[in-house]
Amino acid sequence: MDGDRLSAHRIPRTVIATNFADCAPALSHDEAQVAAARCYFCHDAPCIEACPTGIDIPLFIRGIATGNLQGAARTILDANIFGGSCARVCPTEILCQRACVRTAQEEKPVAIGALQRHATDWLFAQKVQPFARAPATGRRIAVVGAGPAGLACAHALARLGHAITVFEAREKPGGLNEYGIAAYKLVDDFAQSEIAFILRLGGISVEYGRILGQDLALSALRQDFDAVFLGLGLAGANRLGLPGEDLPGVANAIDFIAALRQAPDKSALPLGRQVVVVGGGNTAIDAATQARKLGAEEVSIVYRRGPEAMSATLEEQERAQVTGVTIRHWAIPVALEAVAGRLAQVVFEHTRPDSAGRPVGNGERFALPAQMLLKAIGQHFLPAPLGAEGPRLEGGRIAVTGDGETSLPGVFAGGDCIAGLDLTVQAVENGKIAARAIHRYLGF
Amino acid sequence: MADLATTFAGIRSPNPFWLASAPPTDKEYNVVRAFRAGWGGAVWKTLGEDPPIVNTASRYGAVSFNGARIAGFSNIELITDRPLAVNLSEITAVKRAWPDRALVVSLMVPCAEESWKRILEAVEDTGADGVELNFGCPHGMSERGMGSAVGQVPDYVEMVVRWCKQATRMPVIVKLTPNITDILAPARAARRGGADAVSLINTVQSITGVDLDLMAPMPVVDGQGTHGGYCGPAVKPIALCMVAGIARDSESASLPISGIGGIATWRDAAEFIALGAGTVQVCTAAMHRGFRIVTDMIDGLANWMDQAGYRRIEDFRARAVRHFVHWEDLNLNYRTVAHIDPDLCIRCGLCHIACEDTAHQAIAARRVNGRRQYEVIEAECVGCNLCAHACPVEDCISMVPVSTGRPRLTWKQHPNNPERREAAE
Repeated sequence: MDGDRLSAHRIPRTVIATNFADCAPALSHDEAQVAAARCYFCHDAPCIEACPTGIDIPLFIRGIATGNLQGAARTILDANIFGGSCARVCPTEILCQRACVRTAQEEKPVAIGALQRHATDWLFAQKVQPFARAPATGRRIAVVGAGPAGLACAHALARLGHAITVFEAREKPGGLNEYGIAAYKLVDDFAQSEIAFILRLGGISVEYGRILGQDLALSALRQDFDAVFLGLGLAGANRLGLPGEDLPGVANAIDFIAALRQAPDKSALPLGRQVVVVGGGNTAIDAATQARKLGAEEVSIVYRRGPEAMSATLEEQERAQVTGVTIRHWAIPVALEAVAGRLAQVVFEHTRPDSAGRPVGNGERFALPAQMLLKAIGQHFLPAPLGAEGPRLEGGRIAVTGDGETSLPGVFAGGDCIAGLDLTVQAVENGKIAARAIHRYLGF
Repeated sequence: MADLATTFAGIRSPNPFWLASAPPTDKEYNVVRAFRAGWGGAVWKTLGEDPPIVNTASRYGAVSFNGARIAGFSNIELITDRPLAVNLSEITAVKRAWPDRALVVSLMVPCAEESWKRILEAVEDTGADGVELNFGCPHGMSERGMGSAVGQVPDYVEMVVRWCKQATRMPVIVKLTPNITDILAPARAARRGGADAVSLINTVQSITGVDLDLMAPMPVVDGQGTHGGYCGPAVKPIALCMVAGIARDSESASLPISGIGGIATWRDAAEFIALGAGTVQVCTAAMHRGFRIVTDMIDGLANWMDQAGYRRIEDFRARAVRHFVHWEDLNLNYRTVAHIDPDLCIRCGLCHIACEDTAHQAIAARRVNGRRQYEVIEAECVGCNLCAHACPVEDCISMVPVSTGRPRLTWKQHPNNPERREAAE
């Protein structure tokens, strides 16, 4: 019976194409003018402070309002070379747009993200290269990981005249922008065209399929290069620790999201009629929402705490709910039950907060039938590739100073492999700050 | 309910809202639509001698401000481009069909008594309520010795008005140009010539912008531009000042004034009336949004009058004129200090930066527990209002009067004034 299996082509391709269309389409010229006119050009603007990369938001919006789109885009990209994708994937509702004084005034912030996209889209369409490289310094820097942190660092260093080699384990650059973001947030292969723009600056070469700890050793990089930046991300997905976790039908949400992004034909992806996602972050939302959009009939997110504790923003939770995802709070999975060797249902136990606010089971159980269970309960840093003489860790991630310097001289790190907000925009800032520190470390 | 009916220079209309002489009043079709919409009167687009003039394409320029379309508007149109006989027969038909509405005919002919006499006789036959002498048009006609070329020379104004008053029994309204140093000169000349009323302002000479691709002033006609006449919301303050100047002038104060210039709402109209206007004339707002705007103008003015306790237009007309004084009559001992309501403040910092960069360094930017806080330094505040204007939140910054303990003191009395007439108390 079909209901027991994973199956592709649950809904027509045309419907899937509609479901995965750009979830926040570009502003028209007139829309951008109206949106830009709402910016007050604040002094000491709170939005700038709320942006991890410190983009001068009032200045770029003024550029849009006056028709200086090139200046607007340069203002953005100078602070955040991934300004194009951040315009699409940033949780602006908890960053710049929450800080916007219009939010305080009327609960309706200036559409900063959409305006940022308007300006950067214009620049990309013009094929304008806003940055030039300083004269070559002859210094060489290795960057491990072609995600937002690594490429932001590489770009900033290349602008300063250094020569950069980026080592990337996968066959494509972009990191989570390419593999970890819901498809409807970055349509039309935007992650790749943005990186092509970044690399057009020159001075950055990327070697793909180079895996740290396998054909690449940190000790060798330290010898061969003047400095090293580690933008390794989080390679390990957390496990539930339940029997049956390797049953067919049980998968990591990040792998499901990556497969969706890479599939030439999304409708060909196997999918259960009933899908359960465990977790409370944006990965849980992206996995569940996309499962619905692919044609799963019943999709539930189950989270061990209440809605306010979810790291997914309220807007993201609403996006999932509007798509038809049911979010259940205060429950943890306790058993995975199989029929004929395949996942058939997930048993949950209701939880309640203990005296310290931690969720604890209350003994009451319920079961959700599911042919697919997607685990989105977090990721962790895998230190093994760093080798025996790796940098000091702290809280399971690489310990760094405020400038991104690790315990090893000349080795810097940023992005998800260090502590901090797990956001693209934060990774970009890490890379940018580390680039400046590396420049200083090299004696400039 | 307030009574909006007006009698202006003997011309009656059910409300003070007239359409100004302009494209909206160019022909019967438009004027009938306007009267159906509720307009109290119309000044027919300026008639001249045959053969009719010829107009250009394009004819209008506009200034957008911060997303608002037509904040200012300009035209390079001339007077009517239709034969005189056609206009006269349509005017006759409209007046016959709408006897309760004011129908005034704008006129512009060469500066010769015979020309004025001839056209006045023709207009009188239409049954129109009055004429408006177009001494204001600043482009096209002025180069031919008409329009503002007359309005800028007070002696010509007086002369032509006198001719007209001798030639017709109709009320004569003189439309004044603002393209002059002192509006009182032509107003007083009109009074001397026997004018029944003045209307102002006509449009202000302008270039609305420059097309930087074509390197030509706008509006552009085949790669070139010429100066036009500016109107719309942007000119309202200029018009208010000129209307009020005439209203308080002892030599011309008795002249009824039809206020013109950027009037788009009942509130605009109330302001002109408070400064002395008996009727108001509208053009740009109608050209932007259609004749239907008059519904809210009538309704809004009546509602405001009811709330304010005014039963008729005359009850508040010119009420603000006595408070329109010369600078030297203002009280120099009156002080206000800015007060920021911290509960309404949205922390945009615009008050601070405006004061810090461009005024008196009287608003401190502080952080209290990381939160932005803007505080008035009362000792430095001169009460200039800049912060209150820059603040985007209604009523967040108020200018609070503070007692100086000193009596009223004007510049006329001030010790710093070398020409003072009396010593300070």
